[in-house]
This record gives sequence, C-alpha cells and structure tokens, in this order.
Amino acid sequence: MEMIVKLIPVFPLFGFLIIGLTNKKMPKQVVNIIACGSVFLSFVAGTIAFFSLLGMPSNSRFITGFWFDWIIAGSFSSSVSFMFDPLAAVMVLVVSGVSFIIHVYSIGYMAHDGGYWRYFSFLNLFVFSMLLLVLADNVLLLFVGWEGVGLCSYLLIGFWFHKKSASDAGKKAFIVNRIGDFGFLLGIMLLFWTLGSTNIKEISHLAPEMLVAGGGLVTAITLLFLVGAVGKSAQIPLYVWLPDAMEGPTPVSALIHAATMVTAGVYMIARLSALYVLAPTSMAIVAIVGGFTALYAATIGLAQNDIKRVLAYSTISQIGYMFLACGVGAFSAGIFHLTTHAFFKALLFMGAGSVIHALSGEQDMRYMGGLKNRLPFTYKAFLIATLSISGIPLLAGFFSKDEILWKAYSSGHGHPLLWILGLITAILTAFYMFRLLYLTFHGKSNVTAEAEKHLHESPPVMLIPLYILAFLSIFGGYIGLPHALGGGAWFENFLMPVIAESAHVIETGSHHAPSLEYILMLASVVAVLLGIVVAYNFYIKNPEKPKQLAQRFAGCYRLIFNKYYIDEVYDYLIVKPLYILSLIFWKIFDVRVIDGFVNRLAKFFGSMSERFRILQTGFVRNYALVFFIGVIILVGYLCYIFR
Amino acid sequence: MDFPILTFLTFFPLVGMIAVMLLKKENVGAIRWTSVFFTFVTLIGAIFLVANYDYSTSKMQFIERYTWFPEVGINYFMGADGISVPMLFLTALLSFLSIVGSFGIKERVKEYFAWFLLLEVGMMGVFCSLDFFLFYVFWEVMLVPMYFLIGVWGGPRREYAAIKFFLYTLFGSIFMLVGILALYFTTGTLNMMELIAQNNIYNHVFQLWVFAAFFIAFAIKVPIWPFHTWLPDAHVEAPTAVSVILAGILLKMGTYGFLRISFPMFPYAVKYYAVPLAILGLISIIYGALVSMAQKDLKKLVAYSSVSHMGYCMLGMAAITTVGISGCLFQMFSHGLITGALFLLVGVIYDRAHTREIAAFGGLGVKLPVYTGIFVLFCMASLGLPGMSGFVSEFMVFVGSFNSIYIHKWIVITAVLGVILTAAYFLRTIQSMFLGQFNTRWEGLTEINGREIFTVFPLAVFTLLIGIYPKTLNIFLKATVENLVRMLTG
Repeated sequence: MEMIVKLIPVFPLFGFLIIGLTNKKMPKQVVNIIACGSVFLSFVAGTIAFFSLLGMPSNSRFITGFWFDWIIAGSFSSSVSFMFDPLAAVMVLVVSGVSFIIHVYSIGYMAHDGGYWRYFSFLNLFVFSMLLLVLADNVLLLFVGWEGVGLCSYLLIGFWFHKKSASDAGKKAFIVNRIGDFGFLLGIMLLFWTLGSTNIKEISHLAPEMLVAGGGLVTAITLLFLVGAVGKSAQIPLYVWLPDAMEGPTPVSALIHAATMVTAGVYMIARLSALYVLAPTSMAIVAIVGGFTALYAATIGLAQNDIKRVLAYSTISQIGYMFLACGVGAFSAGIFHLTTHAFFKALLFMGAGSVIHALSGEQDMRYMGGLKNRLPFTYKAFLIATLSISGIPLLAGFFSKDEILWKAYSSGHGHPLLWILGLITAILTAFYMFRLLYLTFHGKSNVTAEAEKHLHESPPVMLIPLYILAFLSIFGGYIGLPHALGGGAWFENFLMPVIAESAHVIETGSHHAPSLEYILMLASVVAVLLGIVVAYNFYIKNPEKPKQLAQRFAGCYRLIFNKYYIDEVYDYLIVKPLYILSLIFWKIFDVRVIDGFVNRLAKFFGSMSERFRILQTGFVRNYALVFFIGVIILVGYLCYIFR
Repeated sequence: MDFPILTFLTFFPLVGMIAVMLLKKENVGAIRWTSVFFTFVTLIGAIFLVANYDYSTSKMQFIERYTWFPEVGINYFMGADGISVPMLFLTALLSFLSIVGSFGIKERVKEYFAWFLLLEVGMMGVFCSLDFFLFYVFWEVMLVPMYFLIGVWGGPRREYAAIKFFLYTLFGSIFMLVGILALYFTTGTLNMMELIAQNNIYNHVFQLWVFAAFFIAFAIKVPIWPFHTWLPDAHVEAPTAVSVILAGILLKMGTYGFLRISFPMFPYAVKYYAVPLAILGLISIIYGALVSMAQKDLKKLVAYSSVSHMGYCMLGMAAITTVGISGCLFQMFSHGLITGALFLLVGVIYDRAHTREIAAFGGLGVKLPVYTGIFVLFCMASLGLPGMSGFVSEFMVFVGSFNSIYIHKWIVITAVLGVILTAAYFLRTIQSMFLGQFNTRWEGLTEINGREIFTVFPLAVFTLLIGIYPKTLNIFLKATVENLVRMLTG
C-alpha cells in the first residue's frame, strides 16, 4: 500500500514532463489521454488507498510513503515523504476527483486555443503540486507544494499573457502570496526552533507536551501560519489577488481558484489543529478573520457585473465560512464545507464557463439574460449549484454550511455574534447568487448581435462533467449528515482521530438544548429564502429597482462597486512608497553617497598627485633650492638637538 | 605518488594560455577550440577530483607540498576540503561554459582567450592554496586578466569600470597583506593549516584587528554593503562571459576567504563580530533587493540582485551553526549557477537586440518561447522557488541563523522580507520583457540557438538537482562544516 500512496502525485508529474517536453509534436488526442489519464490514475490510486484506510481500525488509519531525505544539515532534517491519513485521504480524493472532471471539461473549453499543450502541462503540474501539498508529512514539504501550486496559479492566471491585465493579475497573485509565504516561512522556522521537528505527526505529539497552552510561543507560531493561510486562501487583508485571478481561463478558475488551491489555507489550519487548539487567541483571530471575510466579500459580490468576479467574491466569502469553522474548533466542519464547496463552486465556474464559451467570451452579465432556453443543460446544472451554495435544505451546501453556523453558535470557542455574521452572509449569498442566476438566465435577452450569431450549447465533453458535479452538489452532503437530522456524522467521525479537539467541541455542543439546533437551522433556512425573495423582487419583478436603489445610495453603491477602494489604498500605502524608497536607495544613497564618496576619494588623490607633480619641474635649480632648504632644516634640527 | 590533481587543475589552463598565444591571431577557430579543449579537460579533472573526494573526513585531501623558499618559510602547499571542492568544480564548469559562451567575441580574439585562461589559473589557485604566499599570489594574478577583460572588451564606460574594479580590489588586498604579515611576524609561518591549528595562541585584541584587516579584503570581494559599488559598474561594462565569472566565482572568493581564513583562524573575533556581520548581511539583502527593484538595465538588475543574494551567505555564515554555514556554502554554489545562467541569458538578448533596457522589450514570450521559458526558470530559481537550489540555500540560511545563539532573531525575521522583494523585482522584469503586448520593434529577433542553450543547460540541471536532492552537494560539505563549527563553538 505504501507504494500506491507514494505514486499518487507521481502520475501528473510525468504528465507534466511528457507534455511539457514534447510540446506541439504531440497530437492533441494523445495530450488529452496523458493529461486526463494521469490525473485519473491518481484518483484511482487515492481510492485504493482510501479503501485500505477504511479497512484499518479507526484510530490507527495511517499509511506512510517515504521517498527520500531532502534537506539534512546539523539538527535540521526534512524528507520527501507522505502521510495518508483520513484528512489527506479526503483531500486527495477531492483534489484528484475534481481535477479529473475539470481536465475533461478543459478538452472542450480549450479546444481552439493555441496554447493547448502549455495549458495541459501546467494543469498537470498543478495537480502534482496540490497532491504534494496535501500528502506532505512535514511542514517544509507542505510548503513546497504550497509554492508549487502558487507557481501554477501564476502561470495559469497569466496564461493569455499577451493581455496586460492577465499578466498584471498573475504578478499580483504571486506577490501577495509571497507576503503570506513570509509568514509561513517564519512559522516553520519558529516551529523548528521550539519543537526541533517539522514532521506533522511529531509536532502534533510534541506540542501539547512542550508548549504552554495559550502561551506566547504557540500563539506566535499559529499566527504566522495564519498569515500564510490568509494569503493563499484570499482572506482579509490579503484577498485582493483572487478577483483579479479571474483573468485566467475559466476551468483554471474552477479548479485552482475555487475548488482546490485557495482552500489550502483551511487544509493547513486543520492539519496543524494540534497547535491551534493550544492557542485560543489565534483561534479567535481565525474565526474573526473568517467571519468578517465571509460578510465583507459577500457585500462586494452584490454589486459586481462580471459573472466570474461575482463567483470570485463568493469563493472568498465561502472560504471565510471555512475559516470561521476552524476558528471555533470545528475543523472537520471546515473540511466538510471545503469538500462540498469544491463540488458546487467548481460547477458554478464551469457553468459560467459554458455561458462564456457560448457567448464568445462575454463575461459581463449586463449583456446576458434570457439564456435559460438557449442553454437548457447548462442552466439546469447551474441552478442546482446555485441552490446548493445558497443552502437550500437537503442539498450538499445546506449540510456543510449549517454545520458551520451551528458550531459557530454552540462550540466552546463559538459566539452568538459569529453566528450572526454567518447568518447575514447566508442572506447575502442567496441574494447575490440568485441575482446572478436571474441576470444570466432569466428576464429578457441583452446578448449582443455578434454573440447571438454564435450562441450554442456546449459540447458533451463539457456538459457531462457538469452533471457529475451537479450530482455531487446534491448528494455530496450526505456523507456528513448530522445527528440532529438522523445521520451518523460519518465525515466528522472519519476525520476525528487526526483532528485535535473536535471531540471537545462536540461535547460542549451537546450542552445546548436539543431543540436549539433545529431553531437555528430553521433561522438559516428562513434567511436563505429571504435572500431569494429579495433577489426575485429586484431582478424579475421590478428590474428597475436595483438602478433606483443604486442612485439613491450612490455613495454606498460606488464604495461597494469599487471594492471599497482597497486596491488603491494598498497601491498608495505600500507599492508606491516602496518603489520610491528603492529609487532613493539607488539614485541618492548608492550613486551619490557611497559612490560619490569613492569617486571623491579618488579625485582627492588625483588632485593631490597633481599638486605634487608640480614639484617635479625638471629644473635643476629648483631641486637645488629644495635640497638647500632641506639641508638648512636638517642642520638646524641637529643644532637644536645637540645644543 | 598520486596524480597532482590540484596542480593540474591550476596550471593546465596556463598551458592552454601558452598554446593559444602560439597560435596565429587570424586563426580564430583554432583559438576558440583550443580554449574549449583546455577548459574542458580541466572540467574533466574537476570531475575526477569530485569523484575521488573522500567525504567521510574533514581532513585536507589531495595534498601537495614542496618547499619553495625555505629561508622565509614559503611552501608550495595545496589541498582541498569540503569548502573548496565544490568551488573548484564550479570554477571549472563556469570557465568551460563561459569559454563556449564567448564565441561571439570578434575583436582581439587571441588576447581575449589568453587572458580568460589566465583568469582560470588565478581562480583555481586561490581555491587550492594552503600557503598564504601562494594564496596571495593567485589572488593578485586573478586581478590582471580581469582588469584587461573588462577594460578592453567591455562596454562604453569600460575604462572607468576596470580601474574602479582594480583599485577597489587592490585596496582590499593591501589590508589582506597587512593581515598576512601580522600573522607571519607573530608566528613565523605562512602555512594556513598551522595557523589554524594554533589559533588559540593569538590574543583577543590581535584577533580583532587582524580579522578586521582581512574583513576589508573579503568584504570588497563579496561584496558586502557598503563596499559594493564597484560591482554594478564592473558587471554592466564587462562582456557577458566575464560577468558570469565575476558573479559566479570572483564574488565567492570573498565568502571563501572568510570560511578558509577568518573563521578558523580567529574564532574569538568571529563570535565577537557575529552580530555586525549578520547585520551587514541583512542590509545587503534588503538594500540590494530594493535597489534591484529600481533598475532599468537588465544587467544592472542582475548585478544588484547578486549583492542581495550574497547577503544571504553572510547571514548564514554569521550564524556559526552547521545549518547556517552549510546554507552559506549552498548559496555560494547555487548563486554561481543561477546568476551565471542569468548573465548568460542577458548576453543572449543583448547580442541580438543591442539593448538591455527592460522597458524596451515587451511580449517577447510570443516570439521567443524557448528563451522565455529558460529565463523564467532561472528567475524562479533566483527568487527561491522550492525545487530549485536557491530555495534550499536560502532556507538553510534562515533556519541556521534563526537557531543561532550569536545573532538576534529580529535580524533573521527582517531578512526573510527579502523573499518578497526578490519576487517583486523578478516578476516585474518577467512581465515587462516577456508578457503583455508584443513590441513589434523586435519582429526580427531570433530564438536562442543551440550553442547558447548548451551553455545554460548544465546550469539548469544542477540547479534542479540540488534543489530536489540537496544531498548531492551536502555530502561534500558535511564533515568539513561540522568540523569548522565544532572548532568555533566547542
């Protein structure tokens, strides 16, 4: 079994190498087989390993896969080796499964692109890096995967690099992520300094023994890792790169910037849960960051016109939910939502991609509308995803979101205010998702004449993946059916052995009256319906109303429409001053001060020698005079001494 | 008796120089291929050295020792250990690749290659010498060909740059000479190994002063801020291959000097100066990165990035931990590979476009996909992407210095900021040169050719190899570094 675990990420790596090196010499069909096949093999290997994990007793579900020692110097050591435990298993299955579906979809979506080979080789490299990330058994190797997915994100956001906006977006994503990496790296260093290990299993054992719970050290470590997580998962204040990342091809947005990579921060926090539970302050910060990001991004999502940007802000908001879950100690709820979100958000993006594809690249919802009958298959799948993300009961999104809301209220780390943040977000989510649905598929058509001509439903190679995900968006939630609804909370129980303290959370949860859970559930259902009704009122019944409202609250609308001017603020506070500083260092300090000094020193010696040169006149009588003066001085000096 | 491999490595290029000088100057092809032959055989010699190195011990190996001037105690004394073996290999590799990369030289070809081969003699000699007299001779020998290579085949301001380089280095050498004489008059020997063995007899004040004298010489070479201003001028004016050697090997002589001479000989002074050294390293990292960010000339950008990257070496060294010093040596090797490649790549585009202004390009990714791919690869390596050697070395430096008892944590924490700044200037460069709208001015630009790919290919292989499997380099360093740290802290 060890060999199978070791091989999980290797297939896509070979896919990347083969496609990347042969490039255009390879026929497209072969590229398709290699690219999709390699990811499928990873999925198969992951599934086999998963079932062998299920066969083990629930407390010792663990398979290692050791490749080789990596950096070893002095007391430091880290290796390229994997750990396949329940958490890794869930992530491997989600990542490879969703990746495979999106690879297949890409065959259709990218069919006419000149960079077909480049696209698939990068996509395979991404899957490799992401699998490395989730399988890593030490934080340094996790960081390698972390950087790898960051690189792929950069390369794929800027895939159409001839567009300046695309290359800008790629650069921005990379640099903002680097700020997160700064925290991550320091976290690794501090962790190693305190515990003398980077191995996750060892850390989890050592931390409770060696670290003072609530102490400054563990709080610092967890906060540093949080900085990394906030960068990768696009939370406040480092979320700014994700909306711009929508410049990449839509399947990339679906895979990297919705389903997998951006949720890596949540995965990391869950992975290091043993540390986080020791630092209540950090936990509270995680919850607050998550709660506020969820609400904040949802408000921006209300006013965007670009279909992909709405979805991007929605992603930020949903990841905020996951952070909220982790912050209140419900790590498994966070991972549960990560899983269902991967299904319905990938579906939303791919549905949006199908619309964009049909409209020859149009992304502005003001030029859509009435597509329901023109793209019937896309519409149905999209509707399912919309219902799921909004949290309509019995769909996947309902179970996972409700679990988070319940834990935000009831957990030992929770607070009613966090629950309220989550609830308001739920209203907004339902509103902006239905706004999107109505603007795109309902009402009258605003499609331009040009786009109208080529309007067509997507080919089966794109639609079949949509329906696989639609199925998962409906039924994916039943793996985590809560006790309150007669389920066994299988998902939570499966993850429990590897996630610290979730038992504690459940216990505190049970102190509340059993009826409370039903009341809160009802409240969130009402909230969702409220959001839908308002959206229906605004965009179907009175289509003029949003405009009137926007005019009445013009200032507020502008603020939201312009994303609170955060990009501009960052530009003025950080980017520009840094550039000016670099100019000052170079033009003034380097050239004037240091080099100025050096050159002046050289000139000084130069002019000194000029002066001394004058003495060498070449006239004997001058030398004789100097000689004579010298003799007089010497004689005088001797007389003075021997007087 | 064993084959005198170190003498061979040092003087075989000298034979090459003589051979080149015997050729007719019109016979350009023969001159080129003779130079290639001699540097290639030297490279084979270096591979032989690596293959026969016994990495289980920290003792000097391949020792050659002959009495030279017994009256004053001067010996011909050569040897290699874990610090010098990787450097010797890197020297041989980069010299060979630079010679291949110099085929574009059109003027005074014969002199150019002759000087180049002499340069290799000096570099090899410095890394082999274990006698101060010998060391000093090679240190100075290197200076002369460098002066001419910059001054004759350089860019428009070559004379200024060459003289600046020469005077700067000479200025440092004088202090080194003072240091050597101080040691000689105290102990009566010039044998470095003996001087190291008896390092406990130097009193503390003596250590502090002599360390300072050597420091000036080495700091200029590295270069450590604020001794670095010769570097951008020299790099910008020097022809491509000379920049490669300058960045790849010459800078390392500074850090090599610290580890071969200053550290083992003056253990008290090293610990005394650890914090200032680390702070200078930190300033170099941040300052170099910030100044790189403001650059408009591609070559100058790479030059300033060297200041920043060599700062990591100083930080790792100042940690006086096994991880830190290993990181320093990794960074020396890695920077040689990566920056060497970057300079070669700058040369490739300059030969075609006759400009190095970053803003003048744009969208080259469409026109030159292979060149773009290789360039981006090395930028990523330089900004420390895991999987490549730059990450391994930077990470070791960080961990090593963070776990050091000699330097403060805030120095290391601030230094890690360098990873953000480095990413910023490299990404900006990639974007403005290769991405965005294609600038039609460059319609006629041709793709990187086979010979040019040949020069960067081995560098890419080693960059990836060390990044993925660092043990390949670490086995050489391990025993020597551990011994050095034991000596300093034990």
